[in-house]
Amino acid sequence: MFKKIAAILITTLTLISNVSAGSDGELLLKKNNPTEIKDCFENLNRATFAFNQTLDGVIFRPVASVYRKLPSPIKNGVSNSLDNLSNLVTIPNNLLQGEIGLAGLNTGRFLVNSTLGVLGLIDVATYLGMEGYEKEDYGQSLATLGFGPGCYIVLPVLGPSTARDTVASAANFLGGDAWYNVTVRNETQYFSDIDYYSSKITGGVDFRAKNYDSIENLEKNSLDFYASVKSLYLQDRQQKILNTKKIIDTQDDSDWEEIESQ
Amino acid sequence: MIIKKTFIIFFISLIGFVNVNAIEPDVFVQSTVNRASKILSEDLSKKDKVNELKKIAKETVDIRGIGYYTLGPARKGLNDNQKREYEKLFEEYFLKSFSSRLAEYTNPEIDVFDKEVLNKNYTIVNSLLKGTKERPEIKIDWRIYTKNMDNLLIRDLIIEGLSLARTQKEEFASIINTNNGDINSLFKTLKEFTEN
Repeated sequence: MFKKIAAILITTLTLISNVSAGSDGELLLKKNNPTEIKDCFENLNRATFAFNQTLDGVIFRPVASVYRKLPSPIKNGVSNSLDNLSNLVTIPNNLLQGEIGLAGLNTGRFLVNSTLGVLGLIDVATYLGMEGYEKEDYGQSLATLGFGPGCYIVLPVLGPSTARDTVASAANFLGGDAWYNVTVRNETQYFSDIDYYSSKITGGVDFRAKNYDSIENLEKNSLDFYASVKSLYLQDRQQKILNTKKIIDTQDDSDWEEIESQ
Repeated sequence: MIIKKTFIIFFISLIGFVNVNAIEPDVFVQSTVNRASKILSEDLSKKDKVNELKKIAKETVDIRGIGYYTLGPARKGLNDNQKREYEKLFEEYFLKSFSSRLAEYTNPEIDVFDKEVLNKNYTIVNSLLKGTKERPEIKIDWRIYTKNMDNLLIRDLIIEGLSLARTQKEEFASIINTNNGDINSLFKTLKEFTEN
């Protein structure tokens, strides 16, 4: 068993530590291209995916279906406060990615929303013109430093990820997430473990509720739901790493030229 | 002189005639969306709505092209019979999947707000599906094939930056790969989807 785990770990580390000197946009695009990312543990991933789907059917889906019926101000408040908390991971990652201006802007957003916005429930910062918040994480920072994604992985409960992103998420538990530090790591008189875990579970429910129809629709119309989720996740990840809202060239024109000449 | 004049008049009227049917990609998308919205908001049975949506899709989407694009490298190994079978199966699958996705919405409001000409063959049209109480607004970009301006065709929908054609291509590749490269497994899956 240990031998197996060691082998998987070594394979994973070898694949993700493929650091290259250049890390410009084109290289990032190529490295994080969904079609280039290998599904090394597909059988295990499919089994975990099936487990997650069962869990979703039993817990997340029913809870999300009730949550989405709540009045909009409540849902917006929850979403805003979760976004506000996520600044505590985004800001250090802005710095790691050399985005000093964004780190400053997000710090401003966090301070304004935590105080004037009543613990983040109201997004006052946006009203004040501090717009355009984008979440960042340690996986994205590693990617901008030139680390490849490694294999595609489906984590129990947490869902799709890559080897790089899974390894990077450990940083959250090693001091990289101030919210984790003040709740779980160093219990203070103000917060406890339950605050951290309930915020994570609420985040999951909020995501599920926001995407309720899309997920149902996708599941119903997919020929291979596992493959669809994998493709969508990796495309989304690629966009986040490149920090672009611009459409990535999603279709190879040479394919079309060949089709037209048929 | 008369011949020259006649030629000029003929030439101008020809240009005029050609341009009568040509519309801009953003106008094309907005009118397509409006047609679909009208059907969805009408008092029709779900079956009738689906049939009407299928008609729109046949006129405005490059179904054959998307089918071959989606098939990826596997298309190169198809013989003529397989090509014919695949085209038929893909069209049935596409129309069922497309119309059933859309039929879920009762009255979708989509506003086209911008466009970006990529090259002479493609324009991306940007639109926004308005949010409701239950879901946030969604950004939808349309990849329009503009080589023939008299016959604009949709070749991809990019929802919040995620390409449907690409997702479908990777889904098909997964089915073929998990069945040891057997294209018939994909045909079988497509058939099962449309028959259910």
